[in-house]
Amino acid sequence: MPYLGSEDVVKELKKALCNPHVQADRLRYRNAIQRVIRMSKLDQWGQAEVLTFLLRYQPRSEEELFDILNLLDSFLKSSSPGVVIGATKLFLILAKKFPHVQTDVLMRVKGPLLAACSSESRELCFVALCHVRQILHSLPGHFSSHYKKFFCSYWEPHYIKLQKVEVLCELVNDENVQQVLEELRGYCTDVSVDFAQAAIFAIGGIARTYTDQCVQILTELLGLRQEHITTVVVQTFRDLVWLCPQCTEAVCQALPGCEENIQDSEGKQALIWLLGVHGDRISNAPYVLEDFVENVKSETFPAVKMELLTALLRLFLSRPAECQDMLGRLLYYCIEEEKDMAVRDRGLFYYRLLLLGIDEVKRILCSPKSDPSLGLLEDQPERPVNSWASDFNTLAPVYGKARWATIFKHQGTEHCGPKLPHTASLATSGHLISEENKERVQELQDSEALMLVPSCQLTAEYFEKTWLSLEVAHQQVLPWQGEVHPDTLQMALQVVNIQTIAMSRVGAQPWKAYLGAQDGAGCLFLTELLLEPENSKLQISVKQSEKRTEILSSFISVLETVIGTIGDMKS
Amino acid sequence: MISQFFILSSKGDPLIYKDFRGDSGGRDVAELFYRKLTGLPGDESPVVMYHEDRHFIHIRHSGLYLVATTSENVSPFSLLELLSRLATLLGDYCGSLSEGTISRNVALVYELLDEVLDYGYVQTTSTEMLRNFIQTEAVVSKPFSLFDLSSVGLFGAETQQSKVAPSSAASRPVLSSRSDQSQKNEVFLDVVERLSVLIASNGSPLKVDVQGELRLKSFLPSGSEMRIGLTEEFCVGKSELRGYGPGIRVDEVSFHSSVNLDEFESHRILRLQPPQGELTVMRYQLSDDLPSPLPFRLFPSVQWDQGSGRLQIYLKLRCDLPPKSQAVNIRLHLPLPRGVVSLSQELSSPEQKAELGEGALHWDLPRIQGGSQLSGLFQMDVPSSLGASGHGPSTSSPPLGLGPASLSFELPRHTCSGLQVRFLRLTFRPSGNANPHKWVRHLSHSDAYVIRI
Repeated sequence: MPYLGSEDVVKELKKALCNPHVQADRLRYRNAIQRVIRMSKLDQWGQAEVLTFLLRYQPRSEEELFDILNLLDSFLKSSSPGVVIGATKLFLILAKKFPHVQTDVLMRVKGPLLAACSSESRELCFVALCHVRQILHSLPGHFSSHYKKFFCSYWEPHYIKLQKVEVLCELVNDENVQQVLEELRGYCTDVSVDFAQAAIFAIGGIARTYTDQCVQILTELLGLRQEHITTVVVQTFRDLVWLCPQCTEAVCQALPGCEENIQDSEGKQALIWLLGVHGDRISNAPYVLEDFVENVKSETFPAVKMELLTALLRLFLSRPAECQDMLGRLLYYCIEEEKDMAVRDRGLFYYRLLLLGIDEVKRILCSPKSDPSLGLLEDQPERPVNSWASDFNTLAPVYGKARWATIFKHQGTEHCGPKLPHTASLATSGHLISEENKERVQELQDSEALMLVPSCQLTAEYFEKTWLSLEVAHQQVLPWQGEVHPDTLQMALQVVNIQTIAMSRVGAQPWKAYLGAQDGAGCLFLTELLLEPENSKLQISVKQSEKRTEILSSFISVLETVIGTIGDMKS
Repeated sequence: MISQFFILSSKGDPLIYKDFRGDSGGRDVAELFYRKLTGLPGDESPVVMYHEDRHFIHIRHSGLYLVATTSENVSPFSLLELLSRLATLLGDYCGSLSEGTISRNVALVYELLDEVLDYGYVQTTSTEMLRNFIQTEAVVSKPFSLFDLSSVGLFGAETQQSKVAPSSAASRPVLSSRSDQSQKNEVFLDVVERLSVLIASNGSPLKVDVQGELRLKSFLPSGSEMRIGLTEEFCVGKSELRGYGPGIRVDEVSFHSSVNLDEFESHRILRLQPPQGELTVMRYQLSDDLPSPLPFRLFPSVQWDQGSGRLQIYLKLRCDLPPKSQAVNIRLHLPLPRGVVSLSQELSSPEQKAELGEGALHWDLPRIQGGSQLSGLFQMDVPSSLGASGHGPSTSSPPLGLGPASLSFELPRHTCSGLQVRFLRLTFRPSGNANPHKWVRHLSHSDAYVIRI
């Protein structure tokens, strides 16, 4: 037990938190907690510990909640960052039903956090930046007026500069976009290659909203003819053209000339893709591709060769006269002389396709040139504070979401590994679960959150059999307008790991779809979507292979979110 | 909370190792940490690392690594605060924190750790409480002597009597129980400001940021009460106005929890009873609105002949401080384009020095008086593979890689915000005898002063 100031303080705390009789009696528990809060002679470590203990407490009424918040108010002004941030977290969690209180607390913690971000201690600076990013996920405009504090200094270590660039990217708004872009532009010519590339990617991120200015800056950067800059700019252009088709014209004008400065695989792939898809607007596209074809024998990256095949075939469709000859040469090389089987396979496929006729080729290769809706799906929508409040002031934001997930998985497998044999208990889900999912199954036994397995492979027959054998667990009707676009819906569902077993064509009456998903613990969710002939209501029926209501409601909310997003985009 | 704590030297040699819970690994964990730290990819942060069920958090202080491991998901702010506080405590007890002092005082360090942390939980870090428990004496390398007038560092000062305390004055152990009376009873108060400035290529300041601290190091017996008086016109926030004239303004200020602010509102006086050792009394920030002009302006002129590759840079550095002040230890760091191997220079005064090192120009000026300006002309050859199209001499766009100029300097006896300590009075001294020495110093130094070309 940490030393908390005096004997009676320790006694009170022990009473409140260890004595089951006190815990059983709500009134005594509450009184003990109140006494704990009113303790005055704690040092900063004691205060931090108290704040952590109080996370476990659920106030009974709104009055009590505000009472506690008022008592703890002074902790928010402490000079110790641990206490301030600990108090912030407690407020955020206690006030989870009062978003305006949460916003208020986050306003008050802005000052201390910004001071920590400019602290002399690099480590404190880094941790504060991670938490700032966490807050920006929910309140993107929160730090916009303080953007200057996040400008990078020359001597800062690389990891801090990267965080600051990310923060700058996320707090951009109409008022500060000019200055932020100018600052990022300065970083793009930095001596450090990694940092310059990170800055360019950041400009690409901002370009989704402020396209014109960013494209102009990126075009200027191409003019510098530096290899490490050019390759990243071309990759950014490729992503941008896909998400914001309105900038295609500007990009096409900027491209000629940069092929001399690209040497790495990623850059070449991006350039070749752009030339293939938009080659009709780029005057020297065939000549650039011809260069690549000439040198294909010495090309070391098979990915580049595959991209080259596809791009040349696409360009052939729009400019046949110029490309016919080199397409022939390329196909000959790929089929006869190429050693990489994937490339050879693709070459053969295209050859056979060409034999079937131009119409077939057009049907296969003329994919959409851009898909702005992907941007909407990819961009994280503003997440509510409650989704990350419990991670605040822990190590999770410091590692970042991706690494934290791997660490969690790591910890999970180590704990559960020796206990469960691999072959047992998975018989219910049949032979469909592959090896890699078994680990995940074991470790997620305890978690309540829904985690859908990405690679569940339900065959149609198995789906039908299971569907007929189960009863409907949940049925719901959503308002709907217009048609359903199957491709968009399928892609959206795939993002959240829901597999589409079967889907009617566009315009079919009535329109139906069958979806399947699998939980980490092996629980199956089978869903039917039915769109009535009048097109005004979408009926969702869900069947569950195991009866678990809390997971069912999580699944329903995931499904609703996806369908809601698709619905919003069209209306 | 924490499972293990260890201290490594800058090369990775373990100096101190303590296991609190016995639940993970053994001594080899220190070596593991160092290997992981040096092998980390460039974009991952070393502050918190994960290996086999353990999180490693560390800080670097005076070249040493102070590392704590934990297996729970603890608050990073608390842990970092604990590590910083441990660093300060060790510094207080051993005199200063360095590889030498730690290796000489191993027993003291372990005793401290025993008292501060119990089973990985923090018991107390207050010097007051710890004094009652720590028995071991600190070992110092050489006896303290006022005749050792090496360069002025932190906690060395000039007072009204123009006496200078050497930098080693404050680096003796605070809490020794030697009863040598003449060495006791000193208190050092520093007003230290860090200046962070970014100036665009057209000369306009893009970002100006001042972070200030009032740091106190007290060798007085605890129980002494002192009063620190600040400038009366000191205002906090944009709307407050005191006295006549523009006043001294800061944006935000925060105080240590033990400071008594009763007289702050009326007379800007802080009252406190400092424990022995180091303490940050007050922290303040000021952005964008400095009362005095920025200390340095740089007027660069770059001529680049792309045909022959000749690059000529003329730098004029003007100091805008008031004429009585001066700046010391100025160093200008200017990254140069890749491939520059030698340069020729003409400097305006003999005590300056310029040299080429690690792809950048380092121009050292020991001292600049306020209001004066110094210049230097540098010529070098740039390999012709760089830069944009165009031929012939061009003054419009500098070559790629000619980076922003960074200045590092110190401004003794000057605060950028204008804040001054009017007096430092001791109102109560338990020992009663021996008038204590009070050293007050104002100092500003550059944190990141960047001027774009």
